[in-house]
Amino acid sequence: MAEAFQFELVSPERLLVSEQVESVVIPGAEGEMTVMAKHAPVMTTIKPGVVTVKTAAGAEERYVVFGGFADILPSGCTLLAESAVHVNDIDRTDLARRIQEAKEDAADAKDDESRSRAEQFLSQLTTLEGALLPA
Amino acid sequence: MPSLKDLRNRIASVKATQKITKAMQMVAAAKLRRAQEAAEAARPYSERMGAVLANITQAIGGGGDAPALMTGTGKDDVHLLVVCTAERGLCGGFNSQIARLARDHIRRLLADGKQVKIICVGKKGYDILRRDYASLILERVDLREVKTLGFVNADAIARKVIHLFSQGEFDICTLFYSQFKSVISQIPTAQQIIPAAAPASTAAEATSGGNAVYEYEPEPGEILSDLIPRNIAVQIFRALLENAAGEMGAKMSAMDNATRNAGDMINRLSITYNRQRQAQITKELIEIISGAEAL
Repeated sequence: MAEAFQFELVSPERLLVSEQVESVVIPGAEGEMTVMAKHAPVMTTIKPGVVTVKTAAGAEERYVVFGGFADILPSGCTLLAESAVHVNDIDRTDLARRIQEAKEDAADAKDDESRSRAEQFLSQLTTLEGALLPA
Repeated sequence: MPSLKDLRNRIASVKATQKITKAMQMVAAAKLRRAQEAAEAARPYSERMGAVLANITQAIGGGGDAPALMTGTGKDDVHLLVVCTAERGLCGGFNSQIARLARDHIRRLLADGKQVKIICVGKKGYDILRRDYASLILERVDLREVKTLGFVNADAIARKVIHLFSQGEFDICTLFYSQFKSVISQIPTAQQIIPAAAPASTAAEATSGGNAVYEYEPEPGEILSDLIPRNIAVQIFRALLENAAGEMGAKMSAMDNATRNAGDMINRLSITYNRQRQAQITKELIEIISGAEAL
């Protein structure tokens, strides 16, 4: 059994998770990454996606996050999510609203840079929706 | 001299008022507990955010690629004040305290020849500031429909502020809110959010947490430009939560006072009422006795 480490998932509204875990899969801005104990210190931004947490007890929990940061240290990992919910509690209308807003942002973007950023965000959201729908 | 009937009516009406203030106090107490819980639940996020921010700033070391939101425009000609107050009154001096602090600030800035712009969050601050500085108010954010404060509310305000900044509408942004110290004491506070004052205390904390050499993904500058706007939203969110807790605390003590005052008033009125009733009885007795003596 792999070594356990402290993982915390925090959203502005509350502390969602704070426990010993075995591994965490984080949807990093530059690709998904699995964090285990004694990971090299990394700081990364997060794109909208699913965080999979494998607790020390062996249970697997999945959370949906909408952007944020991960602060990874050998001793632990802190995930600051702009908004985070458990997969079972995800509100589909909320997700649809976010996608709608992202679409509007992409349509309203004034210069190429902000448009490409908005479109990227939109595609991340639609991928997320696709990943969640069968669940 | 009011008649006995008038006194009776007044006592009844004061009693009714007392019932209302008592109920409001109890509602405020319940809401205060919830607001306090929300403020506490939000604390870990803003603490960690501060630590992460301090770490990154250290990594960049004040290099040239720090975003403008952090360094400012280098001028201080135009000030934007975000004044957060409650949506409702009946909470003692809570709103007027914040408004007074903001007004003093505005007066000082205007005296120095600076330009001032105001965004009002909450109806009461708007009502007070509108009297003197209506022309300076850019916008008013209405949170009356909001039942539970969410991060989205704060985020919307932050977006407005950042949008104004990117258009060069102001140089320095200050946030006015009331810090929740305890139920009986709320301290009106002014906090500069743009350019961001580096949180000194959290910097020390972060370095003690194992001064690690981080790998950044993507570049530190890019992370920072994403982090700073979020930090502003977090600051505003915290201010709103503190305000919500403070408002309920102030309301609770104001309503407690009102209930007590109503109690005193009822006592005084009942004494007057009893005296007058007694006087009338005595008067009637005298009339009867003197009538009997005359026979």
